[in-house]
Amino acid sequence: MIASVISAGFQDTVQDCGRVGFRKFGLTAGGALDSVSLRLANLVVGNPECVAGLECTSGRLQLQFDCERLMSWAGGEFEVQVGKELVPSLHCARVSAEAILEISPKRAGRIWLAISGGIDAQEILGSRSTDLRAHFGGWQGRALRDGDELPLGSESKLCLRIRAALLERVSDWSAPRFVSGRRFLRVIRGKNWDDDIGAKLLTQKFRVAMNSDRMGLRLEGSEMVSTNPPELVSEAVAPGTIQLPRSGAAVVLLGDCQTIGGYPKIAHVITVDLGYAAQLQPLDEVRFELMELEQARDLLRERERDIALFRAGLEARFG
Amino acid sequence: MTFHPLGDSALIVDFADESSDRERLLARALSVVEALEGANIPGVIDVTSAYESVALFFEPGRIEGDVEEKIRALVAQAGVRGGRKARRIEIPVCYDDEFALDLARVASQTFLTGDAIIALHSSSEYTVACVGFVPGFPFLAGLSEKLRVPRLESPRTKVPAGSVAIANAQAGIYPFESPGGWNVIGRTPLHLFDANAQSPALLQPGDRVRFRRITRQEFETSFKENWK
Repeated sequence: MIASVISAGFQDTVQDCGRVGFRKFGLTAGGALDSVSLRLANLVVGNPECVAGLECTSGRLQLQFDCERLMSWAGGEFEVQVGKELVPSLHCARVSAEAILEISPKRAGRIWLAISGGIDAQEILGSRSTDLRAHFGGWQGRALRDGDELPLGSESKLCLRIRAALLERVSDWSAPRFVSGRRFLRVIRGKNWDDDIGAKLLTQKFRVAMNSDRMGLRLEGSEMVSTNPPELVSEAVAPGTIQLPRSGAAVVLLGDCQTIGGYPKIAHVITVDLGYAAQLQPLDEVRFELMELEQARDLLRERERDIALFRAGLEARFG
Repeated sequence: MTFHPLGDSALIVDFADESSDRERLLARALSVVEALEGANIPGVIDVTSAYESVALFFEPGRIEGDVEEKIRALVAQAGVRGGRKARRIEIPVCYDDEFALDLARVASQTFLTGDAIIALHSSSEYTVACVGFVPGFPFLAGLSEKLRVPRLESPRTKVPAGSVAIANAQAGIYPFESPGGWNVIGRTPLHLFDANAQSPALLQPGDRVRFRRITRQEFETSFKENWK
């Protein structure tokens, strides 16, 4: 039960829902930058929602399995093909043994790919996610390379039932999309918010800089010179935190961000918009919109309820 | 004590208003983190401490309205002294020129000789204030006032693994090769982060640290043992 990497993309990594509970050792959760996309793709193929899948960034990835499996994907604008057939996002597709699964970007971005049974990489500190900075987890602590052979886990009963009910290669049903293609990110005020900086954040357009990565989106195009004291005492930061270094070029932290930071925290991207932030690419334009904390928490509870409803519906239909 | 939302799924509890004594604030943060970890608050998946604050991270959508009251009570009870006795850990350091990339720079800024800098660096006892930046990187409080120099003007893109460094009032150690802007004055042969170890980071918040000068030969022997 092996997935062979015929041709690896630019930065494809094994990721699950992240490594939780080790911040005191300096480890951030990491995991799929858009965990909702991974969770939904997992549910579609009958997996528990947090088993390990692949996060694919730009470049072309070709995989081949040595046994029949189901696959699903979610995320940015990509073309995913099994043999010659296109698989739309959040649909379930059968990949026969020896068939080629090919992922190629229509424009740069990230997608998350789930395979029934999941990728059975070694679990380290409670997770199979790749930590690229500390070089461990996932597949040998690094991005995939041509010729890698990834072990696949065993399929759940639900996987087998979904497969039995799948008459064509691609399902005629799909999961709902929770990440919209908006060009703005909703934020709540941070500890070091002030109305001057806030007004600049909310009225200007920003561009995602080329040196953005899994740690953060660096913003350029508009600068905000901080009136806050330049040296603050370091304290916790989190994915979504918007830090403002003295240069005036803000950074939106993503899943692989450091655990503590000393720059002013002017705002936080709300959790339900982090998946969209993770799909932004260098040179994309981004704007921000202010929202109240309680609204953000309501949206998050609503999203978790919607995912639970989809899971329940799937189990009712195939269980 | 003040509460600040860290986004919609985490909270920071800040003690800066309780004292102006940095050591006391750090002790307070360490004892509070211990109390909160032991309390198993529903929905909390991670608790961390920094110099004068602690942070609690929640499962998505699991921050409930009354949680702040619960935390307030636990924090008030926690006081300043935690139950755990501080561990004392010695870090061997080779200060040879080959490893001490910025010793000359520090010497010119402090008007001290290399030997005086090494003597000052290896005679203080430090407290691990927090671990972060990269996994296993300790932020050490307790650097001699005479060794306070600013960060490099432009950070190095690659600081070698094991580099022992100082910047402003802090000392630290780079667990991996990574970018960094602190002044490197030596290198330790120890492995500061090992994901496969039961406790992956060698140093943890609250630990007491001393640096011990070793020769190049001792470095090589120890390096071989630690980085098999």
